[in-house]
Amino acid sequence: MAINLKELAKKEELFTPGHRLCAGCGTAVLMRQVMLAVEGPVVISMATSCPFVSTATYPYTSWKVPWIHSAFENAPATISGVEAAYKALRKKGKVTQDIKFISMAGDGGTYDIGFQALSGAIERGHRFLHICYNNEAYMNTGIQRSGATPLGAHTTTSPAGKLIPGKREFRKDLTAIIAAHDAPYVAQTTPFHWRDLMTKVQKALAVDGPSFINVLTSCHRGWRSDIKNDMQILRLAVDTCYWPLYEVENGKWKLNYKVRNKLPVIEWIKPQGRFAHLLKEENQPIVAKIQQKIDENWEKLLAKCSAD
Amino acid sequence: MRKLQGWKDIPIGTAIIEAGSSVKYLTGEWRNARPEHNKDKCTNCLLCWIYCPDGAIIVEDSQVTGINYDYCKGCGICAAECPPKVKAITMVKNQN
Amino acid sequence: MARLAALTGNNAAAEAIRQIKPDVFAAYPITPQTELAEEVAQFVADGILDTEYIPVESEHSSMSVCIGASLAGARAMTATASCGLAYMWELLPTTASLRSPVVMVVVNRAFNAPLNIHCSHDDSMGARDSGWVQLYSENAQEMYDNLIQAVKIAEDETIRLPVMVCMDGFIISHAVERLLLLEDEKVKNFLGEFKPVHSLLEVNNPVTIGACALPDYYTEHKKQHSEALRRSLDKIMEVANEYAKISGRSYSLFESYQLADAEYGIVIVNSAAGVTRTVVDKLRKEGVKAGLLKIRVYRPFPAAQIVQALKNLKVVAVLERTDSFGGVGSPVFTDISAAFMEAQTKEKPLMVNYIYGLGGRDVGLKDIGKVYANLQVINQKGKIEKSFAYLQARE
Repeated sequence: MAINLKELAKKEELFTPGHRLCAGCGTAVLMRQVMLAVEGPVVISMATSCPFVSTATYPYTSWKVPWIHSAFENAPATISGVEAAYKALRKKGKVTQDIKFISMAGDGGTYDIGFQALSGAIERGHRFLHICYNNEAYMNTGIQRSGATPLGAHTTTSPAGKLIPGKREFRKDLTAIIAAHDAPYVAQTTPFHWRDLMTKVQKALAVDGPSFINVLTSCHRGWRSDIKNDMQILRLAVDTCYWPLYEVENGKWKLNYKVRNKLPVIEWIKPQGRFAHLLKEENQPIVAKIQQKIDENWEKLLAKCSAD
Repeated sequence: MRKLQGWKDIPIGTAIIEAGSSVKYLTGEWRNARPEHNKDKCTNCLLCWIYCPDGAIIVEDSQVTGINYDYCKGCGICAAECPPKVKAITMVKNQN
Repeated sequence: MARLAALTGNNAAAEAIRQIKPDVFAAYPITPQTELAEEVAQFVADGILDTEYIPVESEHSSMSVCIGASLAGARAMTATASCGLAYMWELLPTTASLRSPVVMVVVNRAFNAPLNIHCSHDDSMGARDSGWVQLYSENAQEMYDNLIQAVKIAEDETIRLPVMVCMDGFIISHAVERLLLLEDEKVKNFLGEFKPVHSLLEVNNPVTIGACALPDYYTEHKKQHSEALRRSLDKIMEVANEYAKISGRSYSLFESYQLADAEYGIVIVNSAAGVTRTVVDKLRKEGVKAGLLKIRVYRPFPAAQIVQALKNLKVVAVLERTDSFGGVGSPVFTDISAAFMEAQTKEKPLMVNYIYGLGGRDVGLKDIGKVYANLQVINQKGKIEKSFAYLQARE
């Protein structure tokens, strides 16, 4: 169904205020949007992360839906268990309602330490949606590099120093990796693109099988950006083709936002302090390398989307 | 001061049985700048509402009627995302 | 009518699982647990067990699945061994403090390195402080009986704790024994239905489970868990008595064999109790007052009861299939020592700790005979020269 803000504003907020995420946290924006998009009962399993420690601190919870946390690397495995219980108890008539299942984790809990549990749960075909709140580093522990951290970014474990200019490796393309699992619905988006994000959440939850949404979300602490501009930085991620909006539905690749005036990647780099060293003359080859990679990936994506 | 419960009184297994209880935890005092909403300028596009990380934009009957200062942390995203031609929200510094 | 069967320990556990009918069973194969995981899968494939069988990609996920399932109101079970238990370690205290009544079979196997697929108790003994109830089983019959009782203990509304049921890898898991099985209906009625305290599937009554607690509440959560584990001791006996009525087989916190008037005792866990019993019988015939204490419930530790059972002995050897490297002694020895300190009894035996049977090293009549002989020497000298030793290590 079409997303209409005026209609949405009438809904009950299932993610309540009083949470302790930072002022201007992109992940908090995402959580609200996800919970506004959800229709009907859901159960959530969340990995250890900022939104875990900030939204469920005994005796306070920001959740008005059943919610469980048990560890960092196992949110998809935990929700597999809840979903298995649902199947078993439904068959026995002990549960009668239709219930949807969501696991959520950051890029650490999705790309790295939680990758195995996610890959396994998708391969087993559980009916659940995994949402990755991807701010491209381990922000909860104080900005350490992850498999999602882009080339050149400064983090506390890939610091920009006198010898080494930030992270030396490209991030991995997790959305494509999950698409390669042949999950029926896989997509990426950002909370700036709220309509896109909420539509994708609804599509994913309607699927009879596993689904995955990789959400690029801002963290001004880690990105060293101006808090109020964070939504605009997410817009630039898409407009530079650094983070294209696309979905893979039953194997069919589709671009959800065709970027007509592709901006140079420097526009995405400039407002973020984690890339400050890349503005130096001697680091221009790194910027060129990033641009080249983006261009190649964009062409590949266009080819995949038009081939179908 | 809130009263802390003893081990016999808390629900078993770390459960929190009051859904959405975080509304009792007010985060408004984190603020060092205060958004002020001008109803006359506002077109009620609700972009401020959908981008607010704290659900602190009050919407009644599809109209923005104010800011919930109990929770607003003063991030300024609402003011930044208010369309340039509208600018119905301004941030006032150093005011809680 | 009870059925007489010839089964391996793994078969017996699988048969108990079939009768327990977990709603969810999640497992990752690992030697020597593998055939148990296979057999349950076959039951499901053949339609004789209606269970959501989750063939997870790791033991970390098998326990995660069990936590999620159990807190969603399902009866959840798993099984593992050795490195598999180590791999899910992080979730052991989590399962327990979340008060998630998962029941797990542990087929005891040695830890690496060097890799060894045979029996040591490194795995479950290492997990003794994770807040689970631990039951140990000498043979396939005990594994079967303990597993059924474990579900009843775990799901009791005053307890709500996970239970680990252990048996020796290969020695028991793969050896065929004669045992008696209960009728399916009896097991079903004995266990009843699992009713969760809070369920994640009660969507109209949403609960947040597994929140973080700051220093203002963490202690209370742990105290609550600790008390539940301590009071489970009485419940374990209550369940054992109830089980005796349907099975005719009586269980206690530990087995005392010829202990009442014994002077020399061995404390042992799991399968080696068999050979020890034989040696006791032989010594008794020779006029030596030998006895045996076989641990069944190790967590919670029945400290007062064990002190009572051992205090009048002259010398006791605690035989263990694991080394608490660098410790005063291995786990059971340390616990019994502490139990005597706590009890402050005037009477107490001299006590030594011997490590035996590591990595499946066979322990025979001679080995156990030597231990009882040592205990008599210690008694004659009136003092202990070496309180800790590896029984079978070549120099």
